Amino acid sequence: MTISVASGKGGTGKTTVATNLALALNDNVQFLDCDVEAPNAFIFLRPTLNDVKPVYSFFPQVVEEKCNFCGLCSKICEWNAIAVVNKKWLFFSQLCHSCSACWQLCPEKALKKEKKLKGVVEKGKAFGIDFVQGKLTVGEAVSPPIIKAVKKEINKEKIVIIDVAPGTGCPMVEGVKESDFCILVTEPTPFGFNDLILAIGVLKELTIPFGVVINRSDIGDDKVEDFCRKNNIPVLLRLPFDRKIARAYSEGKAIVKEDKSWKEKFIELFEKIKEEYQNTERAKV
Amino acid sequence: MKTLTVISGKGGTGKTSIVASFAYLADNKVLADCDVDAADLHLLLHPEVKKSYNFKGGKTAVINKDKCTQCGKCEKVCQFEAIKNFEVDSLSCEGCSLCMHICPADAIKMEEKITGWVYISHTKYGPLVHAKLGIAEGNSGKLVTRVRTLAEEIAREKGAEIILIDGSPGIGCPVIASLTGADLALIVTEPTLSGISDLERVGGVCDHFGIRWVVCINKFDINRENTEKIEKECERRNIKVVGKIPFDINFIHALVKGLPLIEYSSNESKSQIENMWQEILNLL
Repeated sequence: MTISVASGKGGTGKTTVATNLALALNDNVQFLDCDVEAPNAFIFLRPTLNDVKPVYSFFPQVVEEKCNFCGLCSKICEWNAIAVVNKKWLFFSQLCHSCSACWQLCPEKALKKEKKLKGVVEKGKAFGIDFVQGKLTVGEAVSPPIIKAVKKEINKEKIVIIDVAPGTGCPMVEGVKESDFCILVTEPTPFGFNDLILAIGVLKELTIPFGVVINRSDIGDDKVEDFCRKNNIPVLLRLPFDRKIARAYSEGKAIVKEDKSWKEKFIELFEKIKEEYQNTERAKV
Repeated sequence: MKTLTVISGKGGTGKTSIVASFAYLADNKVLADCDVDAADLHLLLHPEVKKSYNFKGGKTAVINKDKCTQCGKCEKVCQFEAIKNFEVDSLSCEGCSLCMHICPADAIKMEEKITGWVYISHTKYGPLVHAKLGIAEGNSGKLVTRVRTLAEEIAREKGAEIILIDGSPGIGCPVIASLTGADLALIVTEPTLSGISDLERVGGVCDHFGIRWVVCINKFDINRENTEKIEKECERRNIKVVGKIPFDINFIHALVKGLPLIEYSSNESKSQIENMWQEILNLL
């Protein structure tokens, strides 16, 4: 079973929920950190990393002797990553999506593909957990290829927990795609509520079943709770605001390791997810 | 005209709350919410939309079944694994058009799609440019660029002195797009190991593009040792810490009331934000 943990709004506690769920279960778990722009799960899981795989992307390079500056590549590039001016071929690598159209369609075969390191996938063990994380190289713009490379490592035999990037754009979509269930972590504030609704929109579009975890559940207002109740969205867990939890988080400590009662709550969370998932599977049949 | 972009690396450190307070403090400015895939600034600034535009940010390949000879060439060349069994998965399709160019049967067309909406609004703090990304749409970097350039146009028209940009978390396309042309980046961090790790990464992005940056440590009293670590590291690298804001539940109360903190409360956080704004003005 693959469980993704997403949020819409950043800083609501995705990594807290994902890492504590993984640590509470511990056995037969694979953890994927797909927040490749700002990966933080390693801070709480402290894995021993023993495998690094580079992720490359391809980009065009001009072979000057062959290029007749016809400008076709510049015309077909949907991202305006190529300009041909005054018999000069110019390339803006930040804009390139590595679609390969320019070098495949060049009539003079004057573009060759070169590769560039865009990030890495690192693997290792954290307690009993199989750990995988992706890291986008600083200065690179496009994170989905790194997320895809992390997800290629999915081991379906395990309970797979995916820590997803915040927001509702491509990194979030790529992270939650094809998961069996998504935990949406939110907080009871107007920002948390607004972004929760956006995230729910994405999950509905992708037809991924989901439930909500409310972090800092005792602050703010009641809009998230009211909305979930009215729309039959299960609230799977509530985490109260606690300065001690905030302090432990700041030091990279997992709450299930600090306090046994939290371990039980996270195991309960998993049981609820299983139940929800089975219900939706049954509904499909 | 000067541009300040507020970013954070890690989400939820307080970017939007701080930008909203700056919106109250700054004179003669244009505001831009460049966190287009989880835009929240409008919840504090209550814009009245004056103009709205459809944003056509991408294309999707569409296969004409009648013309398709099922040769499979499109599937083979697609770098995004978006074509399977002669059907396009529009979520994976990035709209590069390669399949259309390569199809020998002329069976593929590219359809432009509306991937979001851009708004120019009036607020009591000044003009605000903001946007909404379509559900499960990509290309948010392009939409951010549209918001930013519109804000620049309005600022030029009005002779505004400052453009205030609320950025998104992370270090990828939307962040890079919101940093383009910025005179200064304010990175809002928090004294947690996650905050520190992400500060390091997003600071690296600013360095990579040669953008000057300064730091605000929010909730600094959650972990004073980590705050000290951030301050020392910034000092070592000659980066200015322009503000230290304590953990303050009033941020949440102000949020619930739909107000920038600075209009809601008059406490230490308020004076910290005022001082920080003065520092930033001196640096711009």
